[in-house]
Amino acid sequence: MTPTRVLRLLGAGATALALVTACGAPPTQDGAASDAPASGARSAADLGGFDKLVEAAKKEGRLNVIALPPDWANYGAMIETFEAKYGIEVDSAQPDASSQDEVNAAKQLKGGDRAPDVFDLGLNVALANTDLFAPYQVLTWDDIPAELKEPSGLHYGDYGGFMSIGYDAAKVPAPTSVRDLLKPEYQGKVALNGDPTQAGAAFSGVVMASLGNGGSADDVAPGVEFFKQLKAAGNFLPVDPSPATIESGQTPVVIDWDYTNAAQTAKLAGKVDWKVVVPSDAQVGAYYNQAINKDAPHPAAARLWQEFLYSDEGQNTYLKGLSRPVRMEAMTKAGTVDADAAAKLPRTSGEQVFLTQQQADKAKQVLSTSWAQAVG
Amino acid sequence: MVAPVAPVPTAAGDRPAPGRGPARRAWLEWLVVVPFLAYVGTFLLYPTALVLAGAFQDARGGFTLDNLVELTRGAYLQAFLRSVELSALTALLGAVLGALLSWAVAAGRPGGALRRVVVAGSGVLAQFGGVPLAFAFLATIGFQGLVTRFLREHLGVDLFAGGAWLFELPGLTLVYTFFQIPLMVIVFLPALDGLRPQWREAVEGLGGSSWTYWRHVGGPVLLPAFLGALLLLFANAFSAYATAAALVSQGSPIVPLQIRGFLTGEVLLGRENLGKALGLGMVVVVAVAMGLYAVVQRRFARWR
Repeated sequence: MTPTRVLRLLGAGATALALVTACGAPPTQDGAASDAPASGARSAADLGGFDKLVEAAKKEGRLNVIALPPDWANYGAMIETFEAKYGIEVDSAQPDASSQDEVNAAKQLKGGDRAPDVFDLGLNVALANTDLFAPYQVLTWDDIPAELKEPSGLHYGDYGGFMSIGYDAAKVPAPTSVRDLLKPEYQGKVALNGDPTQAGAAFSGVVMASLGNGGSADDVAPGVEFFKQLKAAGNFLPVDPSPATIESGQTPVVIDWDYTNAAQTAKLAGKVDWKVVVPSDAQVGAYYNQAINKDAPHPAAARLWQEFLYSDEGQNTYLKGLSRPVRMEAMTKAGTVDADAAAKLPRTSGEQVFLTQQQADKAKQVLSTSWAQAVG
Repeated sequence: MVAPVAPVPTAAGDRPAPGRGPARRAWLEWLVVVPFLAYVGTFLLYPTALVLAGAFQDARGGFTLDNLVELTRGAYLQAFLRSVELSALTALLGAVLGALLSWAVAAGRPGGALRRVVVAGSGVLAQFGGVPLAFAFLATIGFQGLVTRFLREHLGVDLFAGGAWLFELPGLTLVYTFFQIPLMVIVFLPALDGLRPQWREAVEGLGGSSWTYWRHVGGPVLLPAFLGALLLLFANAFSAYATAAALVSQGSPIVPLQIRGFLTGEVLLGRENLGKALGLGMVVVVAVAMGLYAVVQRRFARWR
């Protein structure tokens, strides 16, 4: 091939690439959305009531969500119900992304019509990015416990759960405490959902291990020590568990949120006898948080999505996914909770621990310096 | 939608002398390269500049050297040492095994089946990395892999008796070597082909042994090519990410995985610039390797 020909080919290739990139770039916003009154609305009342909000949202016709796996807290059903109920098309991007990925996407796609309208975030990420959120209070605002909401409505708890141990009952005996996992029956079988210095669920897994080994919310070092022992015993699997690894038998024991583990039970029914236990001596809970992107391309749909999530119907949808909706207590009192679904939740009783921000920060410092050494 | 390429002017008078073919064609060729340069600028130079700038910034954008100082400590320094160790080891393994394989191929018939199979296979396997490669290893020698199960059930051998080595550095070494060997064949075979049979005949004619030939002719001729390939393999392993990311989920033993933690982690936040400092460190290591490669290549060129 002569140099000229190579150059020409390169040029042609580059032109094609440039074309593709140009197509992929977010088209500029039509301007109408950002000027719409909805983008500044702090409650449905600001728009003239719920019906007006629905009207505005239907006019927008679309909602961009991100990082909502269909088998996580029942988001698959949530999205379908919302689409059917309001005739709004939901564009669900990167279902397996992390909370930080959501924030990155919002920054990178800012101003485009593909930017996420709403976020579902771990508390850490929510607290670190409040300048990205638009304050909004849903109609059922008063039912949300005060400690789970930012007073102006920048972000508030949507659903929560407890750290749990999921296990294949055909392969291992039922664990009753965290320390049980050190037994030889669990050799090469225990996986943690992610790296605790990166993934919120794994982080809470270490806190759970700490509580089960004489530690406390203020002192997670025993949790790190536990995983070190687990590795030394040959029980710790450095594999990132997923529905596929569970189904194929690679990860017979998985430390993860109870609702994700419970979702596996339902999904693998008939194939794997997947059971979930919340260790009674180590109950660590946490809530995820909902927030609206202040630069949401579909501001009205974003607000309607919040109203739907916090309505009785939305909250019961979370519950059917075996996560604990934030209005559960109020709904139990009012009798609007789905009793069948509530009865299926993994049992918890006695002392429950929710980390404060200070405790979480302290735990993170410990993990950043000790985790890699413990399992490396 | 408009492609970012200026239309090629066709009207006479755009250039002072329309009749002068070669000058006009050179100009056209440059024009055609513009999109490519734009592409390189957008996806290589611009990100590199961002990494460079970020490495010297604190969370609020002020100038700081803290990120770089942090690199010389604890887990980050260890990650660098491990990355270098892993890259050097797999480069050496790949280079030696690949060179032996190339030698076997070069000694065979020029158009023979062995040569065709190895060359074609190397071309494919050198590019077979990332998630598919990790998956291939999991499916064969993972915890529930085909080979693992066969050995366990029929021969009573447990591949994982020594721990979960496949998901740690030993596993990465094995998997990286898998794409290093074919890459070595691709870059080293031409050098072996360059050895002229006449040289060996000359050595033999003058009474030299096979050892004399390799000591004084073959070895010196091949050494620069071998060293160059070694450096290329080093850089190849040092910058590999997807394979490691798909295999290792705990502890982030090597630098690319540490950087992943800074960019997507949702626990330890606000340390993106430390990640960029790690990126800068990688750029420096690869730049040194490629600089040495250029020097070695220049020496090699003299022999041709």
